[in-house]
Amino acid sequence: MSILVVAEHDNTSINAATLTTVAAANAIGGEITVLVAGSSCATAAEAASNIAGVSKVLVADNAAYANQLAENVGQLVADLGKDYGHILAPATTTGKNVLPRTAALLDVAQISDITAVESADTFKRPIYAGNVIATVQSSDAIKVITVRGTAFDAVAAEGGSAAVEAVEAAVDAGVSSFVGEEVAESDRPDLTAARVVISGGRGMQNGENFKLLEAIADKLDAAIGASRAAVDAGFVPNDLQVGQTGKIVAPDLYIAVGISGAIQHLAGMKDSKVIVAINKDEEAPIFQIADYGLVADLFDAVPELSAAL
Amino acid sequence: MKVLVAVKRVVDYNVKVRAKADGSDVDLANVKMSINPFCEIAVEEAVRLKEKGVATEVVAVSLGEKACQEQIRTALALGADRGIHVETSEELQPLAVAKLLKAVVEQEQPQLVILGKQSIDGDNNQTGQMLGALTGMPQGTFASELVLDGDKANVTREVDGGLQTVSLNLPAIVTTDLRLNEPRYASLPNIMKAKKKPLDVIDAAGLGLDIAPRVKTLKVEPPAERSAGIMVDSVATLVDKLKNEAKVI
Repeated sequence: MSILVVAEHDNTSINAATLTTVAAANAIGGEITVLVAGSSCATAAEAASNIAGVSKVLVADNAAYANQLAENVGQLVADLGKDYGHILAPATTTGKNVLPRTAALLDVAQISDITAVESADTFKRPIYAGNVIATVQSSDAIKVITVRGTAFDAVAAEGGSAAVEAVEAAVDAGVSSFVGEEVAESDRPDLTAARVVISGGRGMQNGENFKLLEAIADKLDAAIGASRAAVDAGFVPNDLQVGQTGKIVAPDLYIAVGISGAIQHLAGMKDSKVIVAINKDEEAPIFQIADYGLVADLFDAVPELSAAL
Repeated sequence: MKVLVAVKRVVDYNVKVRAKADGSDVDLANVKMSINPFCEIAVEEAVRLKEKGVATEVVAVSLGEKACQEQIRTALALGADRGIHVETSEELQPLAVAKLLKAVVEQEQPQLVILGKQSIDGDNNQTGQMLGALTGMPQGTFASELVLDGDKANVTREVDGGLQTVSLNLPAIVTTDLRLNEPRYASLPNIMKAKKKPLDVIDAAGLGLDIAPRVKTLKVEPPAERSAGIMVDSVATLVDKLKNEAKVI
């Protein structure tokens, strides 16, 4: 059995989500090929060839793949993937955008956001905002799967020596184009990979008050997150949202500040190892899943916490 | 131009769903059903396009058992002009939904199809992309802004790193994210008017498509329980616990 893993990368380096996807491929078992589709992406391909456990790297280097447009990459993955038993990608916004297109082109189902591999055709995945875990079995010849990064331990980025092979095929559907992007620049660790995450909710009252969280984040080398309410209110940008339809995080320590704990938010963070909740409403549902709860006004407690660290 | 909007009947977002004790399925007896929140955003966007004079007609489509006509009526009350119900009692998975929607697209020839990015029951996030693949249309998924400009749609997308804008040739597919708009509430007069709007029913079986499920649910179970936590009375105690008990700082 052979597995094709679609790498997430920025043309020069491999995203950590790729390493957890390779880990899921290992759990399935079989020869692992990684596809690096991009533009001027030789450096990323070389990095992919160093990933432990990877047998082969396919590089599709073409301007059509520069911005991971789903119309182009989805078709490429379908063309290359038809000879594999499994096609895997990280359940990131890129993977989620591209892979269902691939599945439909191959006339197979996609299994989204798996959290465990039971066997080569059976997987676990959360449904209903993580309130239920389903064990599902695919009857398709090719299993197309996206992988939840927090559910698997990343494989080593170094130690492999896969052969790198160029793919000549160039797919340009010609129906879409990249216009631009606004990428948040931050010196903090990536939200989905950080060891500590401190998130603010509606209780923060405005964007300016998130500076209170930044002071703690600086001390703990934490990433900053937010609830949907805080993003909807415009306090912080969308890429900070933790939850069912935002980012899924599972850090060693998650500090929820001024977050009531709607089930949609809990879906994104309840697999964190230790959860701290600070909220002035003692009835807030967040306290039901917190390891340590503190009923306090965040504008008193957060500066005090910052000073104590 | 004509806009097609897909709406799904799902468990209301306020309901905490549980697995049945025997693990055979989730327990949906007597729970409140609603229009999927992302689909509601899709309807709102289409109706706003009509109010701006960009769209000429908004058609709402839903698939499944007869009960999903309630959600089509909701869409009509929010401002859609007419409804299409593709009726089947089969369990519909995203690939099957995409195939049935493709048949509706071929019949209706919309310039724009707007769907929710995911439904809050299955959390699959697949249907819009699959419909794109089957129809050859480009897609703007996880949209937070949609601007129509001649024969193009410019879609700003919420992505992991921030925001990305793509330009799509029409006809195109857009899937909605939370910040695209804030849906209105249907007024009582509009709810009454919606009852009189046309709603066509198509028998899914008559379309001759392979819509059989490809994925079988073997069992469902509750997620791992977290052990009960404690309340602390001060920041000092909290810091002490994090350092000496949890050992995470």
